[in-house]
This record gives sequence, C-alpha cells and structure tokens, in this order.
Amino acid sequence: MKKTLTLGLTIVTALALSQPVLADTLAKIKSSGAVTMGVRESSGGLSFVLGDSKFAGFHVELCDRVLSDIRKQLDLTRMETRYQPVTSQNRIPLMQNGTIDIECGSTTNNAARQKDVSFANTTYVEEVRIAVKANSGINSIADLKNRSVATTTGTTSVQHIRKHERSAGVDFKEVYGKDHADSFLLLESGRADAFVMDGQILAGNIAKSKNPADFKIVGEVLSVEPIAIMLRKDDPAFKKAVDDSLGAMMKSGEIAKIYDKYFIQPIPPANKPIGLPASEATKAAWASPNDKPMEDYTKK
Amino acid sequence: MNWDWQVFCRNTIDGEVMPRCFGNGGEITYLDWLISAWGWTLSVALLSLIVALLFGSIMGILRTTPSRGLVLLGNAWTELFRNIPLLVQIFLWYHVVPSLIPPLREVPSFLLVVMGLGLFTSARISEQVRAGIMSLPRGQRMAGLAIGFTLPQTYRYVLLPMAFRIVIPPLTSESMNIIKNSAVAFAVSISELTMFALQAQEETARGIEIYLAVTGLYFISAFSINRIMHAVENRMQVPGMIGGSK
Repeated sequence: MKKTLTLGLTIVTALALSQPVLADTLAKIKSSGAVTMGVRESSGGLSFVLGDSKFAGFHVELCDRVLSDIRKQLDLTRMETRYQPVTSQNRIPLMQNGTIDIECGSTTNNAARQKDVSFANTTYVEEVRIAVKANSGINSIADLKNRSVATTTGTTSVQHIRKHERSAGVDFKEVYGKDHADSFLLLESGRADAFVMDGQILAGNIAKSKNPADFKIVGEVLSVEPIAIMLRKDDPAFKKAVDDSLGAMMKSGEIAKIYDKYFIQPIPPANKPIGLPASEATKAAWASPNDKPMEDYTKK
Repeated sequence: MNWDWQVFCRNTIDGEVMPRCFGNGGEITYLDWLISAWGWTLSVALLSLIVALLFGSIMGILRTTPSRGLVLLGNAWTELFRNIPLLVQIFLWYHVVPSLIPPLREVPSFLLVVMGLGLFTSARISEQVRAGIMSLPRGQRMAGLAIGFTLPQTYRYVLLPMAFRIVIPPLTSESMNIIKNSAVAFAVSISELTMFALQAQEETARGIEIYLAVTGLYFISAFSINRIMHAVENRMQVPGMIGGSK
C-alpha cells in the first residue's frame, strides 16, 4: 500500500514538474516531417468535425494553407499534418507540452492566456450578442429586465452578462444550458426569453432551427473578442512564418473568400449556411493585422 | 505546477482579489459561490433522498404483498425508473413533460430535478426494501397473521423492523450515490457544485484548484452521509440479529 502511494506521488510530481518543451517549432517540423494541428470538434464555422477524423472550418482551412506555405519555406517535399481534437480545458496544456504545434479552433486572445501561449494575428473577431424570439418585443439589454436569459455553462458569456447586469442595473434571471443546443432549446421552448452567446453560434443555431424566421439577433454588442490561431510561447520564428502567410491572404483578399465559404455558403453537416457576414471588427483586423489581446478591444 | 489558491478570493465580476475572501455589497467571490453551490448540491441530494426513501419504501413493500395488482404496480414503477438513464429522465422531466402538460412549465427546475432524481433512486431503494423483506423466513409473516395481526400490522410490527435493519448497508450506498448523482442537476440550470466547477474553471483558468476543491466537498458530503448512516446502524442494532451480536 505504502509503495503504491509513493509510486503514485512520484508520478504526480514528475507530471507536475515536466517542463514545457523547447520552443523551436520550425526545427521540430523540419526534423520530424510532421506537424500536429489542434482542432475543435464543434466550434461553429471556425472548426468542426466532418466525421472520420476529418476536420474543416475557417480556421482549419487557414491553418492548412499556412502549413503548406511553411512546408515550402522549409523546403520539405513531404510533410504530414496530424489533427488532434482539443477542448477548451486542455488546449493550453497540450500546446505547452508539445502535443500540438498550432491550434486552429476558437481561442480568444486575452492577456491571461498570453502568459502561457502566443497568438498569431487575429483572423476573426467574435461579438457576443443577444438572440430572441422575433415577436418578443425585446430590442436591447434594457428590455431584459425581469426576463430570463439563457447562456451556456462553461463559456465567458456568463461573465459578460453578469457584468452588464451590474453596470446597467438591469435585473434578470439567468438560466444555463449544458451546451449551445440545450441553451437554444431553452429559448425555443420559452423557458428563456433571450440567449446570450457568440454571434456565430447564435446565427448557426438559428439557421439550423425548424423555423429560422422566428428568431432574430438584437441589441448592443455585449463584448468583443479577438479569436486567433494559437501558437507556442517564445517562438518568434514560427510566429513570423504563420503571420506572414496569414498576412499574404489578408492582403490578397483570399481570407474573405475562405470566410465566405464557411460563414455564408452552406456547410456540413446540416448543409445550411450560418449566414453571418464578416463584421466591421473582423474586416478591420484583416485590414491592419495585429495580435492585440481582448483587453485592448474593450478599452476603446 | 504553480498553485494559486487565491483564485477563491477573487470576485466574480472583475477578478479582483477581495480582502477577506468574502464579497460584500452584492459582490460575491468564487468562495461565496462555491459555498452556495455546495448548499444547492446538498439541498438537491437531501430532498431527493427523502422522496426516494418515501416512494422506494412504499413500492418495495407493495411488491411483497399478496395482492397481484399491487405487486404489478410496484414492479412497473421499479422497472420504469431504473431502466431509463438518469440524465435522460431529467431531460424528460425538464423538456418533454412540460411541453405535454403546459402548467408544469411553471414548476421551478429545482423541484423537477428533486422529483427526477428522487424517483430514479426510489426504484433502486424499492428493490433493496423488497430484498430485505424477502430475506425474512416465510414463517415470520405467517406467525404475524396467525396471532391476529392484520396485514398492515404484520408489516409494521413484524416484517419491516427486521427488513429495514437488514438493508441499512445498501441504503447507505444509495444515500451516498444520491449526493454524487445530484451532479446531473447542472443540466437543468441548478447552480450546484458541478456547474460551479464547469463555469468557474473557464472564467478563472485555474481548473485544477477548482476541481480539487469541488472533489473535496463531494467527498466530505458523501462521507458524512456514510458516518451518519453508520451511527444509525449502530443505534438500531438488536442483539441476536444480523450484525447485532457485537
């Protein structure tokens, strides 16, 4: 018993002490001839699974193109891309310990995360919005007084509505769905009067609903979050390679075409469009590439 | 690994560390929230346990009566509630039943989850109570009836006092299970420990500290139930019966 305990403690300590791998991703790719991309299984149009371990989405396609540029830069004739599904809980540890080399999902670039990882230039700006039933008469956050507002457990949107509740002096009841589909069901079934979430998730759920005309997205933007491709910290050569490749797509307008493919055109699995044109904030990020964290957006 | 236990002293609006770890003036810290979440977990679990013991005992007893109709009712109840996964039952109560019976829409989700979890567990308790009664020799029932007790009196004064003593150990397990199963309440928007863990670890990015604290509270809750039931078991011992000769 005691031996098992000691062994267990040793393993725990060893795990706890394991250092982040040395950050030279370009050299790692060159020597191994392979790169591992972290992807999300269900992040709206940004990254989603097609089944059979195939992934697609705006960020996944951007990364595929970036990696193909890097392959040319490294003069490799063959480079294998492996896809590793990640979650919001494990994506940063997996990046730090070298399991994934580039994460192409829906990670918000904020100051807290910049202590642990680095981000490529922002490729998508998410706006947190309010979805309501079209006939509800709710048009802004002030109309939510004494109504019930749904949001999804484990998202930052909960924090945003809490902040707005405090600053606007609007009192409302919060109900939590266990995932986005569940939260949308709360709105659809009338248990909630509004659903507060990232714009593209609201648009996607409305598009997939039985009767999309019954819902609309209203009111002020509650929060703006830059979403970016995540990279390992302190690896300037790799970040430059990624940013250069993204920069070329932003300059040529290629990025707008890829955006169109995932946010305007119908996408699997339901073959319905999300129907969310690029926001002004997203276009601004493409016009002047930057990797500013979320905190810089809220200061304005 | 750097620990950051101060995370519990941060307030939930802007993440500032509060001086005394507890919020004031309407602001709450993650510690306040953790304690309230623990309260929700215990409330859901204990109320469900009452529902489960009540319905479980009744159904378990019905299944041992001579009446074929009552046995059928008890069996149907038990099989209905133990053959559907718990989470599915909770969703049935929350989403499906209210859409069929509109007035139920007004019932708070707290009551729905207490009923859902309570009825699910009642099926398991019914099985244990039945097993306890069936484990008694047939002669006990016959003797009770022979000395002039009615059937309810036979249960009350002869069978149940022995049967319940026999099934205290499995009831202890079931009572501890209900604490752990109460985690499903997060799915219907009850702000209990599991929901706190999911939400707070996302907001603070200190998942390991949050999950350790929540794990600790679940352990303490379930283990307290274990100790209480152990005390009940000791107190109820009858010399000469199972476990009573110590």
